[in-house]
Amino acid sequence: MSNDLNNGIPADNEVILGILNNSESVLKRLYLAYFPMVLQLIINNTGNEDDAKDVYQEAIIVLYNKVKTGDFELSSKLKTYIYSVCRRLWLKRLSQLNRYAGDIKDFQEYLAVDDEIEKNRERDIEFNKMGNALQLLGEPCKTIIEDFYIHNRSMQEICENFGYTNADNAKTQKYKCLQRLKKLFFQQK
Amino acid sequence: MSENQWTEEIERYLNGEMTGEERARFELLRKENADLNSSIAGHKHFTGLLKHYGERLELERRLDAIHHEIDVHALKDELAEQPSWIVQLWRNHHSKISVAASIAIFAVLGTLFFTGYLSNREQNYVRLRGEVAKINRKADNINNKLNSLNRPGNANTNAAKFRGTGFALSSNGYIVTNYHVVSNADSVSVQNAGGKSFSTRVVYTEPQSDIAILQITDPSFKNLSPIPYSIRKSESDVGENVFTIGYPGNAMVLGPGYLTASTGFNGDSTAYQVSIPVDYGNSGGPLLDSKGNLIGIINAKQSQVEGAHFAVKSNYLINAIHNIPADSLNKSLNINTRNTLAGLSLKQQYKKLENYIFLVRVYNQ
Repeated sequence: MSNDLNNGIPADNEVILGILNNSESVLKRLYLAYFPMVLQLIINNTGNEDDAKDVYQEAIIVLYNKVKTGDFELSSKLKTYIYSVCRRLWLKRLSQLNRYAGDIKDFQEYLAVDDEIEKNRERDIEFNKMGNALQLLGEPCKTIIEDFYIHNRSMQEICENFGYTNADNAKTQKYKCLQRLKKLFFQQK
Repeated sequence: MSENQWTEEIERYLNGEMTGEERARFELLRKENADLNSSIAGHKHFTGLLKHYGERLELERRLDAIHHEIDVHALKDELAEQPSWIVQLWRNHHSKISVAASIAIFAVLGTLFFTGYLSNREQNYVRLRGEVAKINRKADNINNKLNSLNRPGNANTNAAKFRGTGFALSSNGYIVTNYHVVSNADSVSVQNAGGKSFSTRVVYTEPQSDIAILQITDPSFKNLSPIPYSIRKSESDVGENVFTIGYPGNAMVLGPGYLTASTGFNGDSTAYQVSIPVDYGNSGGPLLDSKGNLIGIINAKQSQVEGAHFAVKSNYLINAIHNIPADSLNKSLNINTRNTLAGLSLKQQYKKLENYIFLVRVYNQ
């Protein structure tokens, strides 16, 4: 049984559980299962394989976030959901490039998924701003912030890594870095 | 407390690192101090965003790693819709097709260039202008659209001014041609298929039906064998196969064709319209049907219309023969009634007819 499940297309509820549990293997099987479908959609609608990759990964992230925040209900097949999100994303991309001819060649059935993509879009903008702010922050601040707030390292570890003589110095440094990061983040439009 | 310390307190509070007593005190502070409350919320949101940003980067890295394992190109080839065979042919062989096309174009251009086609363009243009001039000239003659078919003779080969065709009416030297061929003639001679010339005199003319009767007066003329064709008295039908033999040039030419109308130019009931390749010089030639009956005399063509030629009907010839005054004839003129051409092929008919067709030369000053 496990052999079958490890290789084939994962069952929909298995995927939900896998995402909630941060399962590496489920994510991989999910990714491999539906990529051909999306590649087919994109390359037969004037896109290339890189477009397919971007669109597909964005769709996986949309699904991932939705599951993680707990408001994902399996009201249709996962396959249909992913296809619909990718289709919507690609239409959007095409119209941004002024390449949308008003018609798209479809290979699956699909649903309306506009609001989910909007939510993801706002988040993406914030993440972009954060990425830019971190780049502008420079070293060693960037690493200190990443270590403490993203990788959950203790101040003790950070202290040792950067050779601060005591934890208070490190804390002061971290505080200054955070203040600067906030400033950089909120300065961006 | 400095801001630095406040931030640390907030972090400890959010991370649940405070002792119960500290926590109670901090929450009390939070209720009293709205600024602190919003600082806590802001800090929580910002660090949460940082955290999620980190997670997103991690997820993207994982997805990229998975993506890396896919053989995208193989998948792409498999999933792309197969274009039509002609597009595939072009994609697979476009370089070869391009080379072939270039060679073909160069070959065509080269051939055109070396055969002088390209440089001849100008001559064609001049010729076309000549045509326009000719058409203008024809327009001047629009009132008499009937062009007589006699043509100016070739001055350097003989002295004849005009020439036409004639054919034997009897074996003793009477010959029929068109009136317009011999009109205003000082003298008329005929030449047989063997190239021998005989002097003639004009016995009788009938301008209204464009008929002239000549008689060979040359002493060297020997009587012909009996005439192979007879003159048809009744009208022939449209659509009948007909032919003529005449001298458009210096050689005898056979002209096959059809009877295309029972009236001539502008409804002229004395003539037939025929579609036969004839030229100036065919005037006076016999028009025969496929059985070898003489049905008319070629006399005119309509200018500017291809394939519209006219022939005087044979019963007008018979009338003309009857109208010859008796004292004009110094030999008897017996109209032949025996047709020996019927049933022969056109080739055999032509051979038999050769000796009875003459080139008529007209001299005047």
